[in-house]
Amino acid sequence: MRLINRHPARTTALFLGLLPFVLIVLLYGTASQERLANNPNDKLLPGLEQMTSAVNRMAFQEDRRSGEYLMWQDTTASLQRLGIGVGVAASLALVVGLLNGILPVVRAGMAPLVSALSMIPPLAILPILFIVFGLGELSKVMLIVIGTAPIMMRDVAQRVRELPQEQLIKIQTLGANSWQVVTRMALPQVLPRLIDAVRLSLGPAWLFLIAAEAIASEQGLGYRIFLVRRYLAMDVIIPYVLWITLLAIVIDQLLRLANRRLFPWYNAGGH
Amino acid sequence: MSFITVNKLWKEYGHTVVLENLNLTVEQGEFCTLVGASGCGKSTFLKMLLGQEQPTRGDLQLEGDTFPGEPDRNRGIVFQRYSVFPHLTVRQNVLMGLELEQKPFLGKLFGKARREALAKVDQMIEAVGLAHAANKWPHELSGGMQQRLAIAQSFIMRPRVLLLDEPFGALDPGIRRDMHQLILKLWRETGTTIFMVTHDLHEGFYLGTRLLVFDKVRNDPQQPEAFGATITYDLPIGQTDQQLYESIETSVSETARALSA
Repeated sequence: MRLINRHPARTTALFLGLLPFVLIVLLYGTASQERLANNPNDKLLPGLEQMTSAVNRMAFQEDRRSGEYLMWQDTTASLQRLGIGVGVAASLALVVGLLNGILPVVRAGMAPLVSALSMIPPLAILPILFIVFGLGELSKVMLIVIGTAPIMMRDVAQRVRELPQEQLIKIQTLGANSWQVVTRMALPQVLPRLIDAVRLSLGPAWLFLIAAEAIASEQGLGYRIFLVRRYLAMDVIIPYVLWITLLAIVIDQLLRLANRRLFPWYNAGGH
Repeated sequence: MSFITVNKLWKEYGHTVVLENLNLTVEQGEFCTLVGASGCGKSTFLKMLLGQEQPTRGDLQLEGDTFPGEPDRNRGIVFQRYSVFPHLTVRQNVLMGLELEQKPFLGKLFGKARREALAKVDQMIEAVGLAHAANKWPHELSGGMQQRLAIAQSFIMRPRVLLLDEPFGALDPGIRRDMHQLILKLWRETGTTIFMVTHDLHEGFYLGTRLLVFDKVRNDPQQPEAFGATITYDLPIGQTDQQLYESIETSVSETARALSA
């Protein structure tokens, strides 16, 4: 039988899926143990013990200087920036994408601009954002918006244009005006696709968030990682990275579930 | 004055002539079936009736006035596929037209107005035989049921003209017969003027009141786009003549072969 036709059984698939994770943990564990056996103060590959004590210190004990629980403070600060940034970007993408997708006049005027904007490397204009919006929250949120919105705008416009021409004609024969075509045909069908676009944009959004926090910030997950880097505090960095990954997975899955719940027709192959 | 008048109508795309010198008058309440080979301009003619395409030359008039240049609520359409909205249930799909008409801004009905509209909707759904599936999503329906839905969606608007673009082309023969009964029933009840494009010459031969055959009279094998099609037969239905049927079929399939060569 050809390799392309061989499908693993459920349990085999589960095993194959878990295997790489287990291997990485094992590999790290042995390497770490070996280094710590040589030098108990080694900082490069901290063991489980060092990491849990670091997490305990960061997340469950008040910071001696500020009296805050640093990890939670960092988490809320970062999630707030991410949420506002992605939220604003998604809203902009919805409005611009819908108009671009459905109104030829708007498309003629806007589509080239959106395409050009989406080609600008967002990190290249980070200095401009810092100069214009200062070093506060606004510049970080703006980086996420500028980094993710143009691509989502193009995506939404593309999804709108992919709606069958037949539907567009049909709704006109039912007497719809342009506004109704947007609100009753395009908008409801593009919403689940927007959520998909947001899910894909979350990766870049995290990238921009951490980059902005690393350069100028006083709190945030990215800020903390780059701060403790000076002390080679791998026992903090690794748990932070794992925590960020976990947050990203949870957000992604929540969006997936929301999409399923809110738009049953979409996920059952109704499009 | 006739309901629909077509006078010396030409349709060209660049150098390609699709329709040439089309002349036709249709009275209100007629049920015309349009047959002919692919590429003979049946669908183009339908699109012009719909307002999706404009004639290159000649007149196309509805009660003496030029046809509106874009689709409107007076002309319904049922396509072969994709003419129902996947994000709305059967009931919401049929309700849509009534909502759009009554609420230009919101596009939705509430309270008493909605209940009244839904009563009409349920009647229509019953008439097309979808009562048992009223709250299903379109993707849960079979091809035939989706077409019933598309028909209900159009008929509830009471359009003056209903255009059917190969509506049953993708359906099984048995289902197709049921659909013929349905469309004939609705046509008799409402008196709407119907134009139906079909590939199936047999279908065209007994459905409706009038058969229009689109075919090329002239054909240049070196330059097939130089001549367009026109209406070669315009027959009242009911005089089913085997010889005529065969001669039309031969002519249409010859054109089809010439066009695909």
